[in-house]
Amino acid sequence: MRDLTVGQYYPSNSVVHRADPRFKLLILCVYFVMVFFCDTFFSFAFVTVFVLVTVFIARVPLLKVLKGIRPVLIVLLFTTALMIVFYRDESAAPLAEWWIFKIYLSGIYASLKLAWRLLLLVLMPSLLTLTSTPTEICDGWESLLTPLKWIKVPVHELALIMSIALRLIPTLVDETDKIMNAQKARCAEFDSRNPFKKIKAMLPVLIPLFVSSFRRADELADAMDSRCYRGAKGRTRMKKLKCRAGDVIALLFWCAVFVCVLFLKYNWLNWAFIPLLGI
Amino acid sequence: MPFLQFSNVDYSYPTGDKDFIQALYSVDLTVERGEFVALVGTNGSGKSTLARLANGLYVPDRGFVTVDGQSTGEKGNLYDIRKKIGVVFQNPDNQTVTTVVEDDVAFGPENLGLAPAEIRERVDWALECVGMSEYAKSNPARLSGGQKQRVAIAGVLALKPELMILDEATGMLDPEGRAEVMKVVTRLNRDEGMAVIMITHFMEEAAQADRIVILKNGRVTADGRELFSQPHAFTDAGLELPLTVRLGVKLKAAGLDLGLPLDADAFVAAAVKALGGDE
Repeated sequence: MRDLTVGQYYPSNSVVHRADPRFKLLILCVYFVMVFFCDTFFSFAFVTVFVLVTVFIARVPLLKVLKGIRPVLIVLLFTTALMIVFYRDESAAPLAEWWIFKIYLSGIYASLKLAWRLLLLVLMPSLLTLTSTPTEICDGWESLLTPLKWIKVPVHELALIMSIALRLIPTLVDETDKIMNAQKARCAEFDSRNPFKKIKAMLPVLIPLFVSSFRRADELADAMDSRCYRGAKGRTRMKKLKCRAGDVIALLFWCAVFVCVLFLKYNWLNWAFIPLLGI
Repeated sequence: MPFLQFSNVDYSYPTGDKDFIQALYSVDLTVERGEFVALVGTNGSGKSTLARLANGLYVPDRGFVTVDGQSTGEKGNLYDIRKKIGVVFQNPDNQTVTTVVEDDVAFGPENLGLAPAEIRERVDWALECVGMSEYAKSNPARLSGGQKQRVAIAGVLALKPELMILDEATGMLDPEGRAEVMKVVTRLNRDEGMAVIMITHFMEEAAQADRIVILKNGRVTADGRELFSQPHAFTDAGLELPLTVRLGVKLKAAGLDLGLPLDADAFVAAAVKALGGDE
Protein backbone atom coordinates (compact mmCIF):
# COMPACT_ATOMS: atom_id res chain seq x y z
CA MET A 1 0.00 0.00 0.00
CA ARG A 2 2.87 2.36 0.74
CA ASP A 3 3.80 2.33 -2.93
CA LEU A 4 0.58 4.15 -3.74
CA THR A 5 2.37 7.38 -2.89
CA VAL A 6 4.48 7.38 -6.01
CA GLY A 7 1.59 6.03 -8.01
CA GLN A 8 3.50 3.40 -9.85
CA TYR A 9 6.25 5.67 -11.10
CA TYR A 10 9.00 3.74 -12.83
CA PRO A 11 12.15 5.87 -12.60
CA SER A 12 14.18 6.14 -15.78
CA ASN A 13 15.70 8.90 -17.85
CA SER A 14 13.96 8.24 -21.15
CA VAL A 15 12.62 10.89 -23.53
CA VAL A 16 9.10 10.06 -22.42
CA HIS A 17 10.00 10.56 -18.76
CA ARG A 18 11.59 13.92 -19.44
CA ALA A 19 8.75 15.15 -21.63
CA ASP A 20 6.58 18.04 -20.48
CA PRO A 21 3.65 16.57 -18.46
CA ARG A 22 1.27 19.07 -20.06
CA PHE A 23 1.97 17.61 -23.47
CA LYS A 24 1.67 14.08 -22.16
CA LEU A 25 -1.78 14.97 -20.84
CA LEU A 26 -2.77 16.61 -24.13
CA ILE A 27 -1.58 13.57 -26.08
CA LEU A 28 -3.60 11.39 -23.73
CA CYS A 29 -6.72 13.44 -24.47
CA VAL A 30 -6.17 13.16 -28.24
CA TYR A 31 -5.50 9.46 -27.80
CA PHE A 32 -8.71 8.82 -25.85
CA VAL A 33 -10.86 10.44 -28.52
CA MET A 34 -8.94 8.58 -31.22
CA VAL A 35 -9.52 5.16 -29.67
CA PHE A 36 -13.26 5.73 -29.90
CA PHE A 37 -12.94 6.31 -33.64
CA CYS A 38 -11.19 2.98 -34.23
CA ASP A 39 -13.65 0.47 -35.69
CA THR A 40 -11.72 -2.06 -37.74
CA PHE A 41 -9.13 -4.57 -36.62
CA PHE A 42 -6.67 -2.82 -38.88
CA SER A 43 -7.12 0.55 -37.18
CA PHE A 44 -6.80 -1.07 -33.75
CA ALA A 45 -3.58 -2.74 -34.85
CA PHE A 46 -2.40 0.55 -36.36
CA VAL A 47 -2.83 2.41 -33.04
CA THR A 48 -1.41 -0.49 -31.02
CA VAL A 49 1.83 -0.34 -33.00
CA PHE A 50 2.35 3.29 -31.96
CA VAL A 51 1.49 2.52 -28.36
CA LEU A 52 4.07 -0.26 -28.33
CA VAL A 53 6.67 2.02 -29.90
CA THR A 54 5.98 4.63 -27.18
CA VAL A 55 6.36 1.98 -24.48
CA PHE A 56 9.64 0.95 -26.08
CA ILE A 57 10.93 4.53 -26.21
CA ALA A 58 9.89 5.05 -22.57
CA ARG A 59 12.11 2.09 -21.62
CA VAL A 60 9.43 0.73 -19.31
CA PRO A 61 8.98 -3.06 -19.23
CA LEU A 62 5.81 -3.96 -21.17
CA LEU A 63 4.70 -6.15 -18.29
CA LYS A 64 4.61 -3.14 -15.97
CA VAL A 65 2.38 -1.30 -18.42
CA LEU A 66 0.12 -4.33 -18.79
CA LYS A 67 -0.28 -4.45 -15.02
CA GLY A 68 -2.52 -1.41 -15.45
CA ILE A 69 -5.15 -3.81 -16.78
CA ARG A 70 -5.42 -5.73 -13.54
CA PRO A 71 -8.04 -3.53 -11.85
CA VAL A 72 -10.32 -3.63 -14.91
CA LEU A 73 -9.61 -7.23 -15.89
CA ILE A 74 -12.84 -8.62 -14.43
CA VAL A 75 -14.94 -5.92 -16.07
CA LEU A 76 -13.14 -6.58 -19.32
CA LEU A 77 -13.71 -10.35 -19.27
CA PHE A 78 -17.30 -9.98 -18.09
CA THR A 79 -18.33 -7.48 -20.76
CA THR A 80 -16.59 -9.47 -23.48
CA ALA A 81 -18.33 -12.68 -22.42
CA LEU A 82 -21.74 -10.99 -22.24
CA MET A 83 -21.19 -9.39 -25.62
CA ILE A 84 -20.39 -12.76 -27.22
CA VAL A 85 -23.49 -14.55 -25.95
CA PHE A 86 -26.03 -11.74 -26.25
CA TYR A 87 -24.97 -10.16 -29.54
CA ARG A 88 -27.79 -10.47 -32.09
CA ASP A 89 -27.18 -10.43 -35.82
CA GLU A 90 -30.47 -10.88 -37.73
CA SER A 91 -28.74 -11.18 -41.11
CA ALA A 92 -26.68 -14.26 -40.27
CA ALA A 93 -27.22 -17.67 -38.84
CA PRO A 94 -25.82 -18.31 -35.36
CA LEU A 95 -22.67 -20.45 -35.09
CA ALA A 96 -23.96 -22.08 -31.95
CA GLU A 97 -27.09 -21.93 -29.88
CA TRP A 98 -27.95 -22.99 -26.33
CA TRP A 99 -31.03 -21.96 -24.34
CA ILE A 100 -31.24 -18.14 -24.60
CA PHE A 101 -27.62 -17.80 -25.76
CA LYS A 102 -26.73 -17.49 -29.42
CA ILE A 103 -23.24 -16.97 -30.71
CA TYR A 104 -22.68 -15.16 -34.00
CA LEU A 105 -19.42 -14.63 -35.85
CA SER A 106 -20.04 -10.86 -35.92
CA GLY A 107 -20.67 -11.02 -32.17
CA ILE A 108 -17.24 -12.52 -31.62
CA TYR A 109 -15.68 -9.79 -33.75
CA ALA A 110 -17.57 -7.05 -31.90
CA SER A 111 -16.57 -8.35 -28.49
CA LEU A 112 -12.94 -8.72 -29.53
CA LYS A 113 -12.99 -5.09 -30.64
CA LEU A 114 -14.55 -4.07 -27.37
CA ALA A 115 -11.84 -5.86 -25.41
CA TRP A 116 -9.12 -4.38 -27.58
CA ARG A 117 -10.56 -0.89 -27.14
CA LEU A 118 -10.69 -1.22 -23.35
CA LEU A 119 -7.14 -2.54 -23.40
CA LEU A 120 -5.93 0.46 -25.39
CA LEU A 121 -7.83 2.82 -23.09
CA VAL A 122 -6.02 1.39 -20.08
CA LEU A 123 -2.52 1.12 -21.54
CA MET A 124 -1.76 4.79 -22.18
CA PRO A 125 -2.86 6.16 -18.77
CA SER A 126 -0.88 3.34 -17.23
CA LEU A 127 2.15 4.47 -19.23
CA LEU A 128 1.53 8.08 -18.15
CA THR A 129 1.62 7.21 -14.45
CA LEU A 130 4.69 5.04 -15.00
CA THR A 131 6.60 7.85 -16.64
CA SER A 132 5.49 10.90 -14.62
CA THR A 133 5.37 11.53 -10.88
CA PRO A 134 2.04 12.53 -9.32
CA THR A 135 3.51 15.98 -8.69
CA GLU A 136 4.30 16.38 -12.37
CA ILE A 137 0.79 15.31 -13.35
CA CYS A 138 -0.68 17.75 -10.80
CA ASP A 139 1.48 20.59 -12.11
CA GLY A 140 0.53 19.64 -15.65
CA TRP A 141 -3.18 19.82 -14.91
CA GLU A 142 -2.77 23.06 -13.01
CA SER A 143 -1.00 24.65 -15.94
CA LEU A 144 -3.43 23.27 -18.55
CA LEU A 145 -6.47 24.39 -16.59
CA THR A 146 -5.13 27.89 -15.94
CA PRO A 147 -7.55 29.44 -18.48
CA LEU A 148 -10.39 28.31 -16.19
CA LYS A 149 -9.23 30.92 -13.68
CA TRP A 150 -11.07 33.42 -15.85
CA ILE A 151 -14.35 31.85 -14.85
CA LYS A 152 -13.25 31.79 -11.19
CA VAL A 153 -12.36 28.11 -10.95
CA PRO A 154 -9.82 27.83 -8.10
CA VAL A 155 -7.29 25.91 -10.20
CA HIS A 156 -4.30 26.45 -7.92
CA GLU A 157 -6.22 25.39 -4.83
CA LEU A 158 -7.53 22.25 -6.57
CA ALA A 159 -4.01 21.28 -7.64
CA LEU A 160 -2.73 21.84 -4.10
CA ILE A 161 -5.54 19.74 -2.65
CA MET A 162 -4.66 16.94 -5.06
CA SER A 163 -0.99 17.15 -4.17
CA ILE A 164 -1.69 17.09 -0.42
CA ALA A 165 -4.11 14.20 -0.83
CA LEU A 166 -1.48 12.19 -2.67
CA ARG A 167 1.08 12.94 -0.04
CA LEU A 168 -1.25 11.96 2.82
CA ILE A 169 -2.19 8.54 1.44
CA PRO A 170 0.73 6.63 3.00
CA THR A 171 0.32 8.53 6.28
CA LEU A 172 -3.36 7.60 6.47
CA VAL A 173 -2.63 3.99 5.50
CA ASP A 174 -0.17 3.79 8.40
CA GLU A 175 -2.72 5.35 10.69
CA THR A 176 -5.46 2.91 9.65
CA ASP A 177 -3.05 0.08 10.38
CA LYS A 178 -2.36 1.44 13.84
CA ILE A 179 -6.03 1.93 14.67
CA MET A 180 -6.91 -1.55 13.40
CA ASN A 181 -4.20 -3.06 15.56
CA ALA A 182 -5.44 -1.10 18.55
CA GLN A 183 -8.98 -2.41 17.95
CA LYS A 184 -7.71 -5.94 17.40
CA ALA A 185 -5.93 -5.73 20.75
CA ARG A 186 -9.39 -5.09 22.19
CA CYS A 187 -10.81 -8.16 20.46
CA ALA A 188 -12.34 -6.52 17.38
CA GLU A 189 -12.82 -9.02 14.55
CA PHE A 190 -11.89 -7.86 11.09
CA ASP A 191 -11.63 -11.21 9.36
CA SER A 192 -15.22 -12.27 9.75
CA ARG A 193 -16.67 -13.90 6.61
CA ASN A 194 -19.99 -12.17 7.01
CA PRO A 195 -19.85 -8.95 4.95
CA PHE A 196 -22.23 -7.13 7.29
CA LYS A 197 -20.10 -7.97 10.30
CA LYS A 198 -17.07 -6.85 8.34
CA ILE A 199 -18.57 -3.45 7.61
CA LYS A 200 -19.70 -3.11 11.21
CA ALA A 201 -16.19 -3.92 12.38
CA MET A 202 -14.78 -1.14 10.20
CA LEU A 203 -16.88 1.52 11.91
CA PRO A 204 -14.69 1.77 15.03
CA VAL A 205 -11.74 2.20 12.66
CA LEU A 206 -13.26 4.87 10.45
CA ILE A 207 -14.39 7.18 13.23
CA PRO A 208 -11.00 7.59 14.91
CA LEU A 209 -9.46 7.88 11.46
CA PHE A 210 -11.82 10.74 10.66
CA VAL A 211 -11.14 12.53 13.91
CA SER A 212 -7.40 12.26 13.54
CA SER A 213 -7.60 13.40 9.91
CA PHE A 214 -9.28 16.60 11.01
CA ARG A 215 -6.64 17.15 13.65
CA ARG A 216 -3.96 16.56 11.04
CA ALA A 217 -5.63 18.99 8.66
CA ASP A 218 -5.63 21.62 11.39
CA GLU A 219 -1.95 21.18 12.09
CA LEU A 220 -1.08 21.14 8.42
CA ALA A 221 -2.98 24.39 7.95
CA ASP A 222 -1.01 25.95 10.82
CA ALA A 223 2.26 24.72 9.32
CA MET A 224 1.32 26.13 5.91
CA ASP A 225 0.29 29.47 7.43
CA SER A 226 3.60 29.57 9.28
CA ARG A 227 5.37 29.12 5.96
CA CYS A 228 3.75 32.28 4.56
CA TYR A 229 1.09 30.53 2.47
CA ARG A 230 -1.47 33.03 1.15
CA GLY A 231 -3.10 31.07 -1.64
CA ALA A 232 -2.13 31.63 -5.24
CA LYS A 233 -1.52 35.33 -4.61
CA GLY A 234 2.04 36.32 -5.49
CA ARG A 235 3.22 32.72 -5.58
CA THR A 236 5.99 31.56 -7.88
CA ARG A 237 7.20 28.06 -8.73
CA MET A 238 10.68 26.63 -8.42
CA LYS A 239 10.24 24.18 -11.26
CA LYS A 240 8.76 25.89 -14.27
CA LEU A 241 7.35 23.47 -16.81
CA LYS A 242 9.33 23.86 -20.00
CA CYS A 243 8.02 22.75 -23.34
CA ARG A 244 10.63 21.72 -25.87
CA ALA A 245 10.41 21.20 -29.59
CA GLY A 246 10.23 17.45 -29.05
CA ASP A 247 7.04 17.80 -26.98
CA VAL A 248 5.30 19.74 -29.72
CA ILE A 249 6.48 17.26 -32.35
CA ALA A 250 5.16 14.34 -30.29
CA LEU A 251 1.77 16.03 -29.97
CA LEU A 252 1.64 16.78 -33.71
CA PHE A 253 2.66 13.19 -34.43
CA TRP A 254 -0.23 11.80 -32.38
CA CYS A 255 -2.59 14.24 -34.07
CA ALA A 256 -1.36 12.82 -37.40
CA VAL A 257 -2.09 9.29 -36.16
CA PHE A 258 -5.56 10.52 -35.22
CA VAL A 259 -6.11 11.87 -38.74
CA CYS A 260 -5.03 8.49 -40.18
CA VAL A 261 -7.56 6.74 -37.96
CA LEU A 262 -10.26 9.14 -39.13
CA PHE A 263 -9.36 8.38 -42.74
CA LEU A 264 -9.52 4.67 -42.03
CA LYS A 265 -13.01 5.11 -40.65
CA TYR A 266 -14.60 7.59 -43.06
CA ASN A 267 -12.51 7.16 -46.20
CA TRP A 268 -13.31 10.70 -47.34
CA LEU A 269 -11.26 10.45 -50.53
CA ASN A 270 -12.74 7.06 -51.43
CA TRP A 271 -9.37 5.35 -51.59
CA ALA A 272 -9.88 1.85 -52.90
CA PHE A 273 -7.40 0.16 -50.58
CA ILE A 274 -9.15 1.11 -47.35
CA PRO A 275 -12.13 -1.26 -47.67
CA LEU A 276 -9.65 -4.05 -48.45
CA LEU A 277 -8.12 -3.68 -44.98
CA GLY A 278 -10.94 -5.74 -43.58
CA ILE A 279 -13.62 -5.56 -40.96
CA MET B 1 13.56 47.44 20.82
CA PRO B 2 13.68 43.67 21.39
CA PHE B 3 13.16 41.43 18.35
CA LEU B 4 10.34 39.36 19.82
CA GLN B 5 8.40 40.78 22.71
CA PHE B 6 5.53 39.39 24.76
CA SER B 7 3.99 42.09 26.98
CA ASN B 8 1.56 41.02 29.64
CA VAL B 9 0.01 38.36 27.40
CA ASP B 10 -3.08 36.41 28.43
CA TYR B 11 -4.46 33.66 26.26
CA SER B 12 -7.31 31.21 26.74
CA TYR B 13 -8.86 28.43 24.69
CA PRO B 14 -12.60 28.11 24.41
CA THR B 15 -13.77 24.67 25.53
CA GLY B 16 -17.17 23.76 24.23
CA ASP B 17 -20.01 25.87 25.62
CA LYS B 18 -19.01 29.05 27.37
CA ASP B 19 -16.02 27.78 29.27
CA PHE B 20 -12.45 28.81 28.76
CA ILE B 21 -9.17 27.25 29.72
CA GLN B 22 -6.63 29.88 30.53
CA ALA B 23 -3.36 28.82 28.88
CA LEU B 24 -1.18 31.83 29.62
CA TYR B 25 -1.30 34.41 32.42
CA SER B 26 0.37 37.81 31.93
CA VAL B 27 3.47 36.52 30.22
CA ASP B 28 6.35 38.94 29.73
CA LEU B 29 9.18 37.68 27.59
CA THR B 30 11.71 39.14 25.20
CA VAL B 31 14.03 37.41 22.78
CA GLU B 32 16.85 39.19 20.96
CA ARG B 33 18.39 38.41 17.58
CA GLY B 34 20.94 35.60 17.70
CA GLU B 35 19.86 34.22 21.07
CA PHE B 36 19.44 30.52 21.79
CA VAL B 37 16.61 30.13 24.26
CA ALA B 38 15.19 26.91 25.66
CA LEU B 39 11.56 27.04 26.76
CA VAL B 40 10.76 24.25 29.17
CA GLY B 41 7.74 23.16 31.15
CA THR B 42 5.52 20.17 31.75
CA ASN B 43 2.67 19.19 29.45
CA GLY B 44 -0.08 21.80 29.54
CA SER B 45 2.21 24.54 30.84
CA GLY B 46 1.49 26.68 27.76
CA LYS B 47 4.71 26.16 25.78
CA SER B 48 3.07 25.39 22.45
CA THR B 49 0.55 28.18 22.89
CA LEU B 50 3.46 30.54 23.27
CA ALA B 51 4.96 29.35 19.98
CA ARG B 52 1.69 29.90 18.14
CA LEU B 53 1.30 33.36 19.65
CA ALA B 54 4.77 34.34 18.45
CA ASN B 55 3.94 34.12 14.74
CA GLY B 56 0.34 35.20 14.98
CA LEU B 57 -1.41 31.85 14.60
CA TYR B 58 -3.07 32.90 17.86
CA VAL B 59 -3.72 36.46 18.93
CA PRO B 60 -3.49 37.35 22.64
CA ASP B 61 -6.69 38.04 24.63
CA ARG B 62 -4.91 40.76 26.55
CA GLY B 63 -1.49 42.36 26.16
CA PHE B 64 0.39 42.17 22.88
CA VAL B 65 3.08 40.34 20.98
CA THR B 66 5.40 42.32 18.72
CA VAL B 67 7.97 41.12 16.24
CA ASP B 68 10.49 43.75 15.19
CA GLY B 69 8.02 46.38 16.36
CA GLN B 70 5.03 44.95 14.46
CA SER B 71 2.08 43.66 16.46
CA THR B 72 0.62 40.22 15.66
CA GLY B 73 -2.80 41.70 16.39
CA GLU B 74 -2.98 43.28 12.96
CA LYS B 75 -3.71 40.90 10.11
CA GLY B 76 -1.71 43.02 7.66
CA ASN B 77 1.48 42.37 9.64
CA LEU B 78 1.22 38.59 9.71
CA TYR B 79 2.94 37.94 6.39
CA ASP B 80 5.96 40.06 7.38
CA ILE B 81 6.05 38.46 10.81
CA ARG B 82 5.98 34.93 9.41
CA LYS B 83 8.84 35.78 7.08
CA LYS B 84 10.91 36.64 10.17
CA ILE B 85 9.76 33.84 12.49
CA GLY B 86 9.72 30.24 11.32
CA VAL B 87 8.02 27.55 13.37
CA VAL B 88 8.81 23.83 13.21
CA PHE B 89 6.06 21.71 14.74
CA GLN B 90 6.15 18.44 16.60
CA ASN B 91 4.89 16.01 14.01
CA PRO B 92 6.85 16.11 10.75
CA ASP B 93 4.07 14.14 9.00
CA ASN B 94 1.72 17.09 9.45
CA GLN B 95 4.07 19.63 7.94
CA THR B 96 4.89 18.27 4.50
CA VAL B 97 2.77 19.30 1.55
CA THR B 98 4.22 17.34 -1.36
CA THR B 99 5.67 13.94 -2.24
CA VAL B 100 9.15 15.18 -3.14
CA VAL B 101 11.57 16.51 -0.54
CA GLU B 102 12.91 19.43 -2.58
CA ASP B 103 9.42 20.50 -3.68
CA ASP B 104 8.37 20.58 -0.07
CA VAL B 105 11.35 22.71 0.95
CA ALA B 106 10.51 25.02 -1.98
CA PHE B 107 6.95 25.56 -0.68
CA GLY B 108 7.95 28.46 1.64
CA PRO B 109 10.09 30.46 -0.80
CA GLU B 110 7.48 29.86 -3.53
CA ASN B 111 4.96 31.55 -1.25
CA LEU B 112 7.31 34.52 -0.96
CA GLY B 113 7.11 34.92 -4.73
CA LEU B 114 10.86 34.67 -5.34
CA ALA B 115 12.42 34.06 -8.75
CA PRO B 116 12.83 30.35 -9.64
CA ALA B 117 16.65 30.58 -9.63
CA GLU B 118 16.69 32.08 -6.15
CA ILE B 119 14.24 29.46 -4.85
CA ARG B 120 16.52 26.73 -6.25
CA GLU B 121 19.49 28.32 -4.50
CA ARG B 122 17.68 28.56 -1.17
CA VAL B 123 16.38 24.99 -1.39
CA ASP B 124 19.85 23.62 -2.09
CA TRP B 125 21.31 25.71 0.72
CA ALA B 126 18.61 24.66 3.22
CA LEU B 127 19.00 20.98 2.39
CA GLU B 128 22.76 21.30 2.67
CA CYS B 129 22.38 22.96 6.10
CA VAL B 130 20.40 20.04 7.49
CA GLY B 131 22.54 17.46 5.69
CA MET B 132 19.74 16.12 3.48
CA SER B 133 21.06 17.10 0.03
CA GLU B 134 21.29 13.52 -1.17
CA TYR B 135 17.60 12.97 -0.41
CA ALA B 136 16.41 15.97 -2.47
CA LYS B 137 14.43 13.78 -4.87
CA SER B 138 13.15 11.27 -2.30
CA ASN B 139 9.64 10.81 -1.04
CA PRO B 140 9.33 12.14 2.54
CA ALA B 141 7.13 9.15 3.42
CA ARG B 142 10.13 6.87 3.04
CA LEU B 143 12.46 8.79 5.35
CA SER B 144 13.09 8.13 9.03
CA GLY B 145 11.56 10.38 11.69
CA GLY B 146 14.77 12.32 12.23
CA GLN B 147 15.23 12.81 8.50
CA LYS B 148 11.62 13.95 8.07
CA GLN B 149 12.05 16.50 10.83
CA ARG B 150 15.28 17.75 9.25
CA VAL B 151 13.35 18.22 6.01
CA ALA B 152 10.71 20.18 7.94
CA ILE B 153 13.48 22.34 9.41
CA ALA B 154 14.90 22.88 5.91
CA GLY B 155 11.43 23.93 4.78
CA VAL B 156 11.38 26.67 7.42
CA LEU B 157 15.04 27.52 6.86
CA ALA B 158 14.45 28.19 3.17
CA LEU B 159 12.38 31.21 4.25
CA LYS B 160 15.58 32.55 5.90
CA PRO B 161 13.82 33.54 9.14
CA GLU B 162 15.64 35.55 11.79
CA LEU B 163 14.17 33.42 14.56
CA MET B 164 13.30 29.75 14.42
CA ILE B 165 10.95 28.25 16.98
CA LEU B 166 11.06 24.48 17.38
CA ASP B 167 7.87 23.37 19.09
CA GLU B 168 8.89 20.05 20.63
CA ALA B 169 10.38 19.28 17.25
CA THR B 170 12.36 16.40 18.75
CA GLY B 171 9.45 15.04 20.78
CA MET B 172 8.59 12.18 18.44
CA LEU B 173 12.14 11.20 17.54
CA ASP B 174 14.40 8.46 18.82
CA PRO B 175 17.68 9.48 20.54
CA GLU B 176 19.58 9.34 17.27
CA GLY B 177 17.04 11.53 15.47
CA ARG B 178 17.08 13.96 18.41
CA ALA B 179 20.85 14.23 18.26
CA GLU B 180 20.71 14.87 14.49
CA VAL B 181 18.22 17.70 14.91
CA MET B 182 20.07 19.25 17.89
CA LYS B 183 23.31 19.28 15.93
CA VAL B 184 21.67 21.11 13.05
CA VAL B 185 20.00 23.64 15.34
CA THR B 186 23.07 24.49 17.40
CA ARG B 187 25.11 24.89 14.22
CA LEU B 188 22.53 27.23 12.69
CA ASN B 189 22.56 29.35 15.81
CA ARG B 190 26.36 29.47 16.03
CA ASP B 191 27.29 29.83 12.35
CA GLU B 192 24.30 31.57 10.77
CA GLY B 193 23.49 33.73 13.77
CA MET B 194 19.88 32.61 13.69
CA ALA B 195 17.96 33.09 16.93
CA VAL B 196 16.40 29.87 18.21
CA ILE B 197 13.65 29.14 20.67
CA MET B 198 13.75 25.48 21.52
CA ILE B 199 10.59 24.22 23.17
CA THR B 200 11.33 20.92 24.83
CA HIS B 201 10.94 18.78 27.86
CA PHE B 202 14.27 17.08 27.46
CA MET B 203 16.52 18.88 29.93
CA GLU B 204 19.65 17.59 28.18
CA GLU B 205 18.56 19.60 25.13
CA ALA B 206 17.68 22.64 27.19
CA ALA B 207 21.16 22.51 28.69
CA GLN B 208 22.64 23.36 25.29
CA ALA B 209 20.83 26.70 25.14
CA ASP B 210 22.29 30.02 26.32
CA ARG B 211 19.20 30.89 28.28
CA ILE B 212 16.37 28.90 29.78
CA VAL B 213 12.80 30.02 30.37
CA ILE B 214 10.60 27.88 32.62
CA LEU B 215 6.84 27.88 32.25
CA LYS B 216 4.52 26.51 34.89
CA ASN B 217 0.74 26.51 34.56
CA GLY B 218 0.81 29.35 32.06
CA ARG B 219 3.21 31.60 33.95
CA VAL B 220 6.92 32.25 33.46
CA THR B 221 8.45 31.16 36.76
CA ALA B 222 12.14 31.47 35.90
CA ASP B 223 14.14 33.05 33.11
CA GLY B 224 17.89 33.36 32.85
CA ARG B 225 21.31 32.05 32.01
CA GLU B 226 23.06 29.46 34.21
CA LEU B 227 19.63 28.47 35.47
CA PHE B 228 20.85 25.02 36.48
CA SER B 229 22.59 26.65 39.43
CA GLN B 230 19.11 26.97 40.93
CA PRO B 231 17.92 23.36 40.73
CA HIS B 232 14.74 24.09 42.68
CA ALA B 233 13.49 26.32 39.83
CA PHE B 234 13.18 23.13 37.76
CA THR B 235 11.90 20.79 40.41
CA ASP B 236 9.26 23.33 41.49
CA ALA B 237 7.94 23.38 37.92
CA GLY B 238 7.69 19.59 37.91
CA LEU B 239 10.72 19.07 35.67
CA GLU B 240 13.49 16.56 36.04
CA LEU B 241 17.04 17.89 36.07
CA PRO B 242 19.70 16.40 33.80
CA LEU B 243 21.50 13.45 35.37
CA THR B 244 24.77 15.39 35.69
CA VAL B 245 23.08 18.19 37.60
CA ARG B 246 21.27 15.75 39.89
CA LEU B 247 24.57 14.01 40.65
CA GLY B 248 26.28 17.39 41.14
CA VAL B 249 23.63 18.45 43.65
CA LYS B 250 23.95 15.19 45.63
CA LEU B 251 27.75 15.30 45.56
CA LYS B 252 27.67 18.90 46.75
CA ALA B 253 25.42 17.90 49.63
CA ALA B 254 27.91 15.15 50.44
CA GLY B 255 30.71 17.69 50.48
CA LEU B 256 32.21 17.49 46.98
CA ASP B 257 31.58 20.62 44.87
CA LEU B 258 32.14 19.99 41.17
CA GLY B 259 30.73 23.30 39.91
CA LEU B 260 28.10 22.88 37.22
CA PRO B 261 29.21 20.49 34.49
CA LEU B 262 26.31 19.86 32.11
CA ASP B 263 27.43 17.06 29.83
CA ALA B 264 28.96 13.71 30.73
CA ASP B 265 32.50 14.55 29.56
CA ALA B 266 32.66 17.78 31.52
CA PHE B 267 31.26 15.99 34.56
CA VAL B 268 33.90 13.26 34.43
CA ALA B 269 36.65 15.82 33.93
CA ALA B 270 35.47 17.83 36.92
CA ALA B 271 35.13 14.71 39.04
CA VAL B 272 38.61 13.48 38.16
CA LYS B 273 40.05 16.90 38.95
CA ALA B 274 38.21 17.14 42.26
CA LEU B 275 39.37 13.69 43.29
CA GLY B 276 42.96 14.65 42.54
CA GLY B 277 43.54 12.19 39.70
CA ASP B 278 44.92 13.16 36.33
CA GLU B 279 43.51 12.42 32.90
